Amino acid sequence: MKARFAPFWPPVVVGAIIVLGWEGVVNLFDIKEFLLPKPSSIVRALGDQWTPLREAGWETGKTAVVGLLAGVVMGALLALVISRFAWLRGSVTPLAVALNATPIIALAPIFNAWFGITDFRSNMAVVIVVVFFPVFINTAKGLTEVEPNQIELMRSLAASETTVLRMVRVPNALPFFLTSLRLSAPLSVIAAIVAEYFGGPQNRLGPFITQNASFSRYANAWAAIVVASAIGLALFAMSAVIEKVSMPWKQGDPAAT
Amino acid sequence: MTDPAIVASGIGKIFNRNSDNAVTALTDIDLSVEPGEFVSLIGPSGCGKSTMLRIFGDLISATTGSVEVFGKPASQARLDRDYGMAFQKAGLFDWRKVSANIELPLELAGWSKDRRAYRSQEMLSLVKLQDFGDNYPWQLSGGMQQRVAIARALSFEPKLLLMDEPFGALDEMTREHMQVELLRIYREAGTTVVFVTHSIPEAAFLSDRVVVLSPRPGRVHSVIDVDLGVRNEDTRESERFFRATTEIREALRSVEANS
Repeated sequence: MKARFAPFWPPVVVGAIIVLGWEGVVNLFDIKEFLLPKPSSIVRALGDQWTPLREAGWETGKTAVVGLLAGVVMGALLALVISRFAWLRGSVTPLAVALNATPIIALAPIFNAWFGITDFRSNMAVVIVVVFFPVFINTAKGLTEVEPNQIELMRSLAASETTVLRMVRVPNALPFFLTSLRLSAPLSVIAAIVAEYFGGPQNRLGPFITQNASFSRYANAWAAIVVASAIGLALFAMSAVIEKVSMPWKQGDPAAT
Repeated sequence: MTDPAIVASGIGKIFNRNSDNAVTALTDIDLSVEPGEFVSLIGPSGCGKSTMLRIFGDLISATTGSVEVFGKPASQARLDRDYGMAFQKAGLFDWRKVSANIELPLELAGWSKDRRAYRSQEMLSLVKLQDFGDNYPWQLSGGMQQRVAIARALSFEPKLLLMDEPFGALDEMTREHMQVELLRIYREAGTTVVFVTHSIPEAAFLSDRVVVLSPRPGRVHSVIDVDLGVRNEDTRESERFFRATTEIREALRSVEANS
């Protein structure tokens, strides 16, 4: 039980040292605020701008979360379909792996043309596509890469394909799926903000950052980055917890990380 | 039970038939196994012993010939759940506790929860793992996992146990211990066993009959009767055991010489 979660204080201590060092270095070398604002200025900006930041964070967070959920559901469903049809597996999976290696985020301006430059759906589409591929690829891998002996055992017991899917393939894919969820959760926030740089509604974190940066209000821009980081961390933490609680058999297993 | 456990007649298997790299794995296999018998298949690698086991179990189909299991086609025997199987890898399901692994075949056969729990407890005693039902597989050693796999294979009292080098990955001492255990379980369960191995002493120690196969294409070279009576650890140092291993070894040497 003790080793379930790594102790939380070492990264907190290191983080605190970095923030203090940052503050100190900016003071010591008299670095201009437009190059690198002090952490204390960022905290002040966070307070000053709290109302617009809270709204922008909420809207961007919604785009990220809804896009994440939609991408996860679509990726997992397609993986389920693919696992049943060998001929699809041979053609679709390599294609997905190739597409996953492309900079999907570059599609943002294209989606603006499709859904409208001020439409939130163009941002959400980017999130969905970014999340979809890793979830699909990993889940499909977990559904298909089952120990051959286990499939033989099930067949020797006269189990149908559907039973094999339910009793072997799906539980076998669960760790793969949950890993992809944990990896794509923070990715969804990155995708949402980068997509917002290119268009979409204006009351979001992306436009907040670009606008404040263009007026040299860098502390405000940094404050928005802090909010975005908090959303990303929260999503990551949630998926990490889901990963722990839904696989009780991994608890304490030294082979599982 | 008057029907033989297995009657294989004229079995041949060609992989990748109708292509340039067709491989004849087995040819002209005739073999019958009586109920209650323990028969080992031994031979050099590539002799098709695992393929033969899978044809008996209806996991792959023969290109020629037929297999009858307890008087019916192998495909029907599989649907009737006449087979228990164990492999070199224990192949336990990580996400199931030990008892749930043993209960898997019972679940598939639609047993009630209480009956399943009762039986898995019985099986755990049989393989001497009474206290491990609530553990997950990773918490068990390789030998213990293999015992769970055997308990799983026997949980529903299959008429025929098919084993593909089940002790191949174990160290020598564990292996010998497991062989004694298997014989005890086999006697208590009163089942029929077809056992693939490449170990001469293992085949000699366990079997009533040892089928020696020759490779490329796999065929039956000879069938050796072994009668060691009641076996225990002392059997391995007995004169009769030595004679049995010698006979199997000489058959395998002549297989090598001819291939």
